[in-house]
Amino acid sequence: MLVSIKWLKDYVNTQELPPAELGEKITRAGIEVDAVIDRSEGLSNIVVGHVESCVKHPEADKLNICQVNVGEETTQIICGAPNIAAGQNVIVARPGARLPGGMKIKKAKLRGEESNGMICSLQELGIEGKLVPKAYAEGIYVLPENAEVGSDVITNFDLDDTVLELGLTPNRADAMSMLGVAYEVGAILEEEVKLPEITYKEAEDKASSMLTLNIDSPEANPLYVAKVVRNIEVKESPMWLQQRLMAAGVRPHNNVVDVTNYILMEYGQPLHAFDYDLLETGNITVRHAKTDELITTLDGNERKLSLNNLVITNGEKPVALAGVMGGANSEVSKNTTTIVIESAYFESGSIRQTSKEHNLRSDASSRYEKGVDPNRVIPAAERAAQLLSELAGGEVLAGSVIFDQLQREEKIVNVSPDFINSRLGMKIRLDDMLDILNRLQFKTEAMNNQLMISVPTRRQDIQIEEDIVEEIARLYGYDEIPSTLPETATSPGGLSPYQQKRRIVRNYMEGAGLLQATTYSLTSEKSATQFAMKHTELTRLLMPMSEERSTLRQSLLPHLLESVSYNTARRIDSVALYETGSVFLKGQDELLNEEEHLAIAVTGLWLDNSWQGEKKAVDFFVVKGIVEGLAAKLDVELEFERGELDGLHPGRTAFITLDGRRIGVIGQLHPNEQKARDLKTTIVMELSLAELFKEQTEALVYTQVPRYPSITRDVALVLSKIVEAGTIEKLIRSAGGKLLKDVRVFDLYEGDNLEAGKKSVAFSLTYFDPEKTLTDEEVTAVHEKVVAALIESGAELRS
Amino acid sequence: MEAQLNELKTQALDKIAAASNVKELNAVRVAYLGKKGPITDLLKGMGKLPAEERPKMGALVNVVREEVTARLEERMAILEEQAINEKLQSETIDITLPGRPVKSGNAHPLTRVIEEIEDLFISMGYEIEEGPEVEKDYYNFEALNLPKGHPARDMQDSFYISEDILLRTHTSPVQARTMEAKGGEPIKIICPGKVYRRDNDDATHSHQFTQIEGLVIGEDIRMSDLKGTLSVFAKKMFGEDREIRLRPSFFPFTEPSVEMDISCFKCGGEGCNVCKKTGWIEILGAGMVHPNVLEMAGYDSKRLTGFAFGMGPERIAMLKYGIEDIRHFYTNDVRFLSQFQRTEV
Ligand SMILES: [Zn+2]
Repeated sequence: MLVSIKWLKDYVNTQELPPAELGEKITRAGIEVDAVIDRSEGLSNIVVGHVESCVKHPEADKLNICQVNVGEETTQIICGAPNIAAGQNVIVARPGARLPGGMKIKKAKLRGEESNGMICSLQELGIEGKLVPKAYAEGIYVLPENAEVGSDVITNFDLDDTVLELGLTPNRADAMSMLGVAYEVGAILEEEVKLPEITYKEAEDKASSMLTLNIDSPEANPLYVAKVVRNIEVKESPMWLQQRLMAAGVRPHNNVVDVTNYILMEYGQPLHAFDYDLLETGNITVRHAKTDELITTLDGNERKLSLNNLVITNGEKPVALAGVMGGANSEVSKNTTTIVIESAYFESGSIRQTSKEHNLRSDASSRYEKGVDPNRVIPAAERAAQLLSELAGGEVLAGSVIFDQLQREEKIVNVSPDFINSRLGMKIRLDDMLDILNRLQFKTEAMNNQLMISVPTRRQDIQIEEDIVEEIARLYGYDEIPSTLPETATSPGGLSPYQQKRRIVRNYMEGAGLLQATTYSLTSEKSATQFAMKHTELTRLLMPMSEERSTLRQSLLPHLLESVSYNTARRIDSVALYETGSVFLKGQDELLNEEEHLAIAVTGLWLDNSWQGEKKAVDFFVVKGIVEGLAAKLDVELEFERGELDGLHPGRTAFITLDGRRIGVIGQLHPNEQKARDLKTTIVMELSLAELFKEQTEALVYTQVPRYPSITRDVALVLSKIVEAGTIEKLIRSAGGKLLKDVRVFDLYEGDNLEAGKKSVAFSLTYFDPEKTLTDEEVTAVHEKVVAALIESGAELRS
Repeated sequence: MEAQLNELKTQALDKIAAASNVKELNAVRVAYLGKKGPITDLLKGMGKLPAEERPKMGALVNVVREEVTARLEERMAILEEQAINEKLQSETIDITLPGRPVKSGNAHPLTRVIEEIEDLFISMGYEIEEGPEVEKDYYNFEALNLPKGHPARDMQDSFYISEDILLRTHTSPVQARTMEAKGGEPIKIICPGKVYRRDNDDATHSHQFTQIEGLVIGEDIRMSDLKGTLSVFAKKMFGEDREIRLRPSFFPFTEPSVEMDISCFKCGGEGCNVCKKTGWIEILGAGMVHPNVLEMAGYDSKRLTGFAFGMGPERIAMLKYGIEDIRHFYTNDVRFLSQFQRTEV
């Protein structure tokens, strides 16, 4: 909502406050002033000029040489506007004048001809092109014939004004009108509100003699007022009206349309004007549309209607989409002489539905959607009659044609001063409360420690006691509220075990050298299930904004890999990222099964300390080590089993299992996938934190530090390449019995010195007895058993 | 023999002085004091002397031997130190070379902000509640006093999956769920999480972002409690000198509703580019829980009251760290992320 302060002063005394100060007061009281716009900013030395003569420039087709009377003198100005003509009153920027954007006017020579100033368009005065009347959109603006030559344009045409741009919240529909803003400002400044005085002369003929009215849908249209004005002259509106509309962000058209828009802005009540003759039938019938009925609206679009749409008809065909937009078939034009003015109350839900269905929002529909003041419908119609008789020379027929079943009593809210104070934690005196309610013009009766408040119909947002609490508080001043802390029983507060584990994972990952990433949950249908361990049905948005963000992800990896590629494309060759976040799987319920996952993606060098000769590229085991460390931290036993997954290297992929359940996957990207993503060797891992966190960790009880030494024996084996170290380790463990404390691989060799298809793996075995120092003989006895078992399994001892 | 002894002594002392390293000095020791050395020889030869001369000569030999030994040890100490010094000298390293890097990652800036806020409220006795990101229309809107067709639904255009299921547009549904689950009992919670809205991604908009909401319900919870709580939050997050101010606003789920500004932490209130010359920065929205919301979750709104607040970690991080583009949070440029390594304590 754009509020011209000059216009506002018609209704309320603004106490000559500087606009910024007024804006601040309005903001602090509850309606945010987003901007304070000085309409004359950067303008000076601009006067009314009269074009005495206008001839073509001999050297330039598009230029005219004008002799312009600017009051003090008649001077020559070159003008390139297509609509310049002798006899016009125009806006002249004199030499020395300033225009918005810092432009300064100087005497100049154009193609050899002197030019002492500039004849201006409205755009050149800083008015947005879309607000300039169509007739002047492509050229200069022409002032009325009675404009005083030489007078100051800025003051004479109300450009010395400031506009407050209000950012309205949906509850404050009352402030979508100048009168509504006036009531608000009046309450803030403790000033009275002055309503427009409506007086006009009526003709003897009655409106009802020319127009009949039928309302078929009283629930959607409980109040309809029509006035008939005849013998009007459709023409340009006076300057003051045009300027006020432009200040309010509305483009002037002609006096009839401008009057309806002016009253829309003034009262917040949408009006519509029909050309009476084009109505043809002298009847207005409001009803719901028939299926597939057609109307061409004023914006030139033909619309196919549905049963939900309320339409205004002439008894036969639609002439307007009720409360949203008029029809082209009854549009007011230059030739119109008699008009019907409609002021109606349409139910908000009906308008919202129609507006949404046709994707058509207008100043009218946005007000109806939020609910207009039922007590302004009739005054707005009267105000229109007044202005049309004043500005269009119209003759207003007596009375109105009216249908009225609208309830419009004031809402009564009962609230006690104690309630107000206890909700606020304040001690506001009753007198102060009554004063505030009086400023708001809420009629209030106070008795028995109870306030009975009648809320004016313009304030439909006030329904319950708490709404009154807010009104009192905002006008009393939120700065006056003290600061206290809740006096509730204090509980310790804290993180749940799950939340604690999530933080442990985060700290561990960062200690391991990974950066935490965050990616989007919405992805393309194509990548939604890539790398997902459990494919479920896709979950698509009903109306995605793009295919790229159309479907909920079932794996974190596609976006995490995109982030890796983003970095490598910027020549950051070593990237180590992790993310925790939800994947979205179809479940039993209508809601999805949202499972929190952990994902890792690494590429490039893991260790880079080259000047000391230490350099290690990422590989499967780097990431496996991280997962093993995490398992140790969380005290869970994870196992890795060879597996395959689309997009991963078939020889370098393992599923991560917990108690036999697959909870994750780890692997190197398939070379084709790497190529497609423009990546070098990249290792990824994803696992379900939900699964990982399922089990409660056992209490930590310390194990005694060994009192006896352990003894280590090594064994080097030659194995077939297909035999996995893990298999051998299991064999060693089972043969080693309880004295075998630990088994580790300490060497792997697959070189030329071995038979083809063979590899050498060396294990280090640690023996330990918590009860005593083991003797060599005891260890040898067990170790030989282990070796025997290995040989029996087909392993050869490496000499 | 005495002369011989003195001669030997002079020779030995000269050699000791001449020895330039430990090895040479050890050779001198062996040469003069060893089992086969001249002094031992002299002692062995004493048997040939007359008995009355033996004690005198014996004492003399011992004096010489002791003196040689003492000088040798003196010299040895010097040479050993010299040897060590040479060794140390040769082992000198270029300490300006870089250290072996310790691999270390860090939290995402949003996590950093969210955990800081979580910890602050935990210290005030709050618990953390979370809920689904794909939510029922009921919890996202209806339970929060936003029935179907409510004009305020326009404010947050949403991603629907079906007529009744959508990506949550705020974390408030967690409040509705928690209230329903607590069955009328007092509540003190913080709800962080991801939310989604139909916005085109640009420098200030993101279709996915995060929110933290807080909810306190109890007997006699007042608006002054909200103000006090937010004031503690503002001071802890943005500095002890921060002042807050409340401005009336509108949210369907609170009444009265407010927006909270803090005095600008950059200019202290004088006006700068961070606060757009106003001296104040808008931080969050809040209010007293609307009685309809309480009643819908089964609370007696006459007996229990509450306050709620909601803020955007993106906005807070952007203000705190001076980040100009919200997309940085979701691009995961390593050069951006790794800047949040260091502490600010
Ligand atoms: Zn500032």
